[in-house]
Amino acid sequence: MVLCGATASSAGPPERVVSINLCTDQLAIMLAAPGQLVSVSHIAADPRVSPQAAEAARFRLNYGQAEEVHAMAPDLVLAGPYTSRYTVGLLRRLGVEVRELPLADRLQDIPETISQMGAWLGRERAAEALIDDFNEGLAALTSETDLRPRAVLHYANNYTSGGGTLANELLNLAGFINIAAEEGLRGGGTLPMERIVMLAPDLVISGQRYPGESRAEAVLDHPAMIALRERRVGGVSDADWVCGTPNVLRALARLVALRAEVR
Amino acid sequence: MRFPLLLGVLALLVAGLFAASLLVGPAGIVPARALAALIRGEGVAETLVMREIRLPRALLAAMIGASLGLAGAAMQGYLRNPLAEPGLIGISGSAALGAVLALQTGVAAAFVLALPLAAMAGAVVAVGLILLLAGRSGGSITLILAGIAVSAMAGALTALVLNLSPNPFAAAEIVFWMMGSLADRSMTHVWLALPFMVVGGALLATLGRGLDALTLGEDAAATLGVSLTRMRLVLIGGTACVVGAGTAISGAIGFIGLVVPHILRPVVGARPSRLLAASALGGAAMLLAADIAVRLILPERDLKLGVLTALVGAPLFLHLIYRTRREGL
Repeated sequence: MVLCGATASSAGPPERVVSINLCTDQLAIMLAAPGQLVSVSHIAADPRVSPQAAEAARFRLNYGQAEEVHAMAPDLVLAGPYTSRYTVGLLRRLGVEVRELPLADRLQDIPETISQMGAWLGRERAAEALIDDFNEGLAALTSETDLRPRAVLHYANNYTSGGGTLANELLNLAGFINIAAEEGLRGGGTLPMERIVMLAPDLVISGQRYPGESRAEAVLDHPAMIALRERRVGGVSDADWVCGTPNVLRALARLVALRAEVR
Repeated sequence: MRFPLLLGVLALLVAGLFAASLLVGPAGIVPARALAALIRGEGVAETLVMREIRLPRALLAAMIGASLGLAGAAMQGYLRNPLAEPGLIGISGSAALGAVLALQTGVAAAFVLALPLAAMAGAVVAVGLILLLAGRSGGSITLILAGIAVSAMAGALTALVLNLSPNPFAAAEIVFWMMGSLADRSMTHVWLALPFMVVGGALLATLGRGLDALTLGEDAAATLGVSLTRMRLVLIGGTACVVGAGTAISGAIGFIGLVVPHILRPVVGARPSRLLAASALGGAAMLLAADIAVRLILPERDLKLGVLTALVGAPLFLHLIYRTRREGL
């Protein structure tokens, strides 16, 4: 098994690739040759978090468990930095080649992520084409603006994104000022509802709702937030910017449209 | 201390803590502006913060604290056992299960009163079970064992329902339902709980005379014209109303009904009827204080109320068990 994996990776492009992370799923679906990608994670088929749910449903779905993945006899397993250490370790002990793709948390890192994935899959040409498309798409959505409305991202449990995040970069690029970053929040974190209300943003941007009830999401319907949202509210699907892949252009397009509405 | 004076002191304490609760928060509004916003509606953002975020939080802390103190005092009086407390013997946990079931099945969204009613139904089942298993003839051990069984069952079922929920956030909320929190509640919740708490509080208040009579023993109470059957029904209904409505809004908060009557019992001269009113005020003060503390200690972490009340209450609980054992009960 060990030999088998080693030969395949040195001899040519991998022939049986299994992806067990939503973000590697996205890039693998975009870049893999027909038949090369055997399985993607079951999360990739969930339309609430995956922008390519329809495409993903064509592949065999996995739950990211070592035994299950090993049984698919892959010569390459794609994982992300948040994939369970135990799963990655166990797969390697079983002689499976596992590669972990660092996630892009800046727009400028996305092309490099694409070309890394292209190199692993032996699909350098496809990767170059995808990078060109991404750069073109990005340029088409970027425009100068004088008016910069103040926006805040508001998710379940008062979660928001501050400076140094991909979401912050996209907000700025779309012409918004992110008040969470303005408040000095770095990375993801929470901003108490009281503070959000006091900062009086022009726009409150939320994700989509999940089925079933949770107290975490109840904050989105709190009377104080509803009063604040009378000013203006917008939604961007979580699926479009959860991973640093070319899919973030969909989120950017949505943000640019929201900015145009705010005036 | 004279009883009216004690009530006056406790009421002043509640009023002071209520005011403090209104003035504590991450928005950092200076007290003068906070009050101007609350009372006269000066400043759009300040008014929103004061009236929609801080006022309901303070009101709910006072209401739920009073409910738990009152229910604890009433149960202890009826069972003549200082260990009977809604949280410890599984009433709050069962109310939480009822609330979680109503939320996850969508019944709570179907009509307004479904959430508190479901929590009350959970509480009724638990109080009924406890009285059945550990009624007046049962000792402390039976009561605690029955309470452990009811708590464990309710906790496990709550966890199961939340784990099965299609909502990715639901499973993380097991802690909320077991430890309680008042973060980001709204006036809607105040209006939802208030009617049930008023009815339940009024029911429990009528028990005073009967509880006093019970201290003389059941036979003596019966000759004084106290109907134990009626008392039991009132106790079940009243406790279920106040604990159910409170738990549906804040999750299960333990130990308040244990700590407060314990502290106040010597002060009121061991008269159960007086302990009811004093414990209601004392409970309100304790929960207000705990809710202020969670915001001061770790302001942005939504520290759970039950963590603080347990840190105070659990050692006292151990002490009470130790004393009960020494007295050979």
